[in-house]
Amino acid sequence: MSVILEVDHVTKRFGGLVAVNNVSFQLYEGEILGLIGPNGAGKTTLFNCINGVYTPEEGRILFKGQDITGLPPYKVVRMGIARTHQVVRPLNELSVLENVVVGACYGRENLSLEEGRRTAEEVLEFVGLADKRNVLAGKLNVAEKKRLEMARALAARPYLLLLDEVLAGLNPTEVARMLHVVRKIREEGVTILMIEHLMHAVMNLSDRIIVLDYGSKIAEGTPKEVANNPKVIEAYLGDPDLALSLVEERT
Amino acid sequence: MDVLLASLVDGLLIGFVYGLAAMGLTLIFGVMDVVNLSHGALIALGMFGVYLLFTGLGLNPYLGLLIVLVLGIILGMILYAIAIHPLLDGPHLSTLLSTFAVSMIIIGVGTMLFTSTPRNIDINLGSMVLGPVRLQGTRVVAALVAILVATGLYIFMYRTHVGKSIRAVANNRDAAELVGIPSVRILAFSFGLGTMLAMVSGGLIATLFPFSILSGGTYELKSFVICVLGGLGNPTGALLGGLILGLIEGLIPVFMPVGWTPVIEFTLFVLIILIRPSGILGAR
Amino acid sequence: MMRYVRDPALWLTTLVVLVAGVWPLITRSATTREDMFLILMFVTLASSLNIVLGYTGYVNFGHIVFFGLGGYIGFYLIAEKGWHVIPAALAASLGVVLFAAILGGIILRLRGAYFALATIGVNEAVRSFIVNWDAVGGAVGMEMNFSRYQDYGGPMNALWFAYILLLIVTLASVLLSYFVRTSKFGLGLLAIREDEDAALVLGIPAPKAKTIAFALSAIFPAIVGTLFFFKNGNIEPGDAFRLHMSVEGIVMIMLGGYGTVMGPVVGAATYERLRGFLLTSPLFKNLQLAFAGVLLLLIIIFVPSGVVGWLRNRFPKVRRILA
Repeated sequence: MSVILEVDHVTKRFGGLVAVNNVSFQLYEGEILGLIGPNGAGKTTLFNCINGVYTPEEGRILFKGQDITGLPPYKVVRMGIARTHQVVRPLNELSVLENVVVGACYGRENLSLEEGRRTAEEVLEFVGLADKRNVLAGKLNVAEKKRLEMARALAARPYLLLLDEVLAGLNPTEVARMLHVVRKIREEGVTILMIEHLMHAVMNLSDRIIVLDYGSKIAEGTPKEVANNPKVIEAYLGDPDLALSLVEERT
Repeated sequence: MDVLLASLVDGLLIGFVYGLAAMGLTLIFGVMDVVNLSHGALIALGMFGVYLLFTGLGLNPYLGLLIVLVLGIILGMILYAIAIHPLLDGPHLSTLLSTFAVSMIIIGVGTMLFTSTPRNIDINLGSMVLGPVRLQGTRVVAALVAILVATGLYIFMYRTHVGKSIRAVANNRDAAELVGIPSVRILAFSFGLGTMLAMVSGGLIATLFPFSILSGGTYELKSFVICVLGGLGNPTGALLGGLILGLIEGLIPVFMPVGWTPVIEFTLFVLIILIRPSGILGAR
Repeated sequence: MMRYVRDPALWLTTLVVLVAGVWPLITRSATTREDMFLILMFVTLASSLNIVLGYTGYVNFGHIVFFGLGGYIGFYLIAEKGWHVIPAALAASLGVVLFAAILGGIILRLRGAYFALATIGVNEAVRSFIVNWDAVGGAVGMEMNFSRYQDYGGPMNALWFAYILLLIVTLASVLLSYFVRTSKFGLGLLAIREDEDAALVLGIPAPKAKTIAFALSAIFPAIVGTLFFFKNGNIEPGDAFRLHMSVEGIVMIMLGGYGTVMGPVVGAATYERLRGFLLTSPLFKNLQLAFAGVLLLLIIIFVPSGVVGWLRNRFPKVRRILA
């Protein structure tokens, strides 16, 4: 398996706070890598470093062998990395379709409006939002907004998809539906790096898992290895709910 | 040398009044994120308030200021209810336009009532000599009144319950609401304070220079420059910014034709927004 | 290309401007022409401002700088250098677009209220600079020798000529607005308006796109500036850089419908007609400014999407013809 993304000793500071501390890992083509850790562990900051929202102070990020450290987000998308946001960011006054057309037109394939519209229709069908295509994005409910966020990222036809808590705030039915979408995406050959708090989901989906705590990587391995790692348990002690779900996953 | 010194001191005295006007603008921005484009019209309204009380009732301009102060708070709260509150959660553009609409209304009605011929308040407090510098009495008093109002505001904001509530709402409206601060009333009152500051400074300016209903615009623009100098939303910074602007205005005519003052002021203004949007004090 | 030819919205917009604009040419009435000149001028100013304000979401109070600078460059070339009005207007446009591209590259880094304030600052800085610049007449401005109009067959013909040029420019600016609105580039601008950070992450090169939008919005105001002051025969800083006119442009856009192609056209025409009416009606003559203020306030509070926006929301069927 070839390496699609290499994060190489990346450090990101905000003033005195080290949000991401010397983190390294590799991501292989076609896999789903879960990124977990307590709140404030630096997961989203790491995403922001990868897709160019932040420039890390130290370290390099290589995508398909090319150095993309410090490239602005719009160039990173062109190269084939798309992402979703933890807090959904629909373009409220645009229709659902238009939202996705934006993703398609300015994505990796750099499509014309017409081609973009075709791609967008396909993707909306894929995530199950096709019947809402003409609704204003601001009018969708939370679950639909999450799927819209996903659709926009997919419309960019990425090689690598960064998913930031796409399951948060969804009810069990909606979670099942979203998981189904994620699996389908993987079947299409897209590599996925996902931040997720919902333990059973991330344990089931991921091929491997990385654990961040206070900005540092404290564990890496298969879901089973990670769930049994004492350092991981300790990190989650401050977060009883998560610790509990972690323990439940082990059994 | 003496010319320079006199010019500087003069600029400094006016600077206090400019600073007071700008405090009104920056207070409103700081508390509710609204750039009040009726600021200039309110300054003009303050000018006419003092003027009418003086010419109509023969009231001493400085006593007239007290009445203008109270009226300013009330008017500001009414304006808040009409032009700000319904639009507070909308895009930035809505409040920019609604406050501009208020300005059009005030200036429109004002022009009809008072025309645009210049007026002035005829008072002379003599002058005092301080070392090599001769100071006009009205300017000294205006600066003193401005300092008094600014100090009063400072004490109010930091020592009273309402003042602390205002700062809490400015900091985080939702959090303030959660701890039981009635944010709508606080916002309305803050707009009242901002309006009051504009009108009082207008009243002070009216004792110094001739004015018309259209004069507010100039001082509104000066207030923008000052707010940016001191950091938008920072009342203490505004006072300091006022002094700096006053000094610049005192200094420039010594070195170049006075017409260049606005060129330098506005260039400085744009540069500071670009380089240090948090103002030269740097605090937010 | 076919999709443009078949788009009823494109035809409706063009037709409205064309019919209204040709009217004075048919009646040959100088009064109608003068009224229409102002309306077309504001349609152009509002339509081009809408690219930055309505599509991109940046509140520009300094739009009139493009008009004023264009007016000064064009007027200087005509009055002092003896150029014909057409090359002078084109040169003015080129110069101002260059200015806008550089200025935009610098100040479009600012967002929200900061950008709006900076544009006020730019307008005032440029105006006060011109006031002090003696080469272009300083505070007094410049006058044009009456004999300059002889090149166009006398003053009367010159005025008609300027009007026809303005009509062409207005059509072009409305078409530009339409093509931007319906293009991929325009979709990118709308995304920036809705959420600039999200737009960046979706792949829109926002810094470049914003600057291009800003520069595009400067093309036609510069030409209109040249034509307006050529028609007037004189130019002074107070007329060229009137901050109030920028705001009026914004009011027109709000009145007609923010972010739509037809909105600025409807808004500019309505506002100008209304002002004309108020100025001549004995009841409102002195209160026209206050009246406009009340109107603006009512629109913002009760119909924030403007006439065209309201129609589009209320009757989704008209969307096909009202872009």
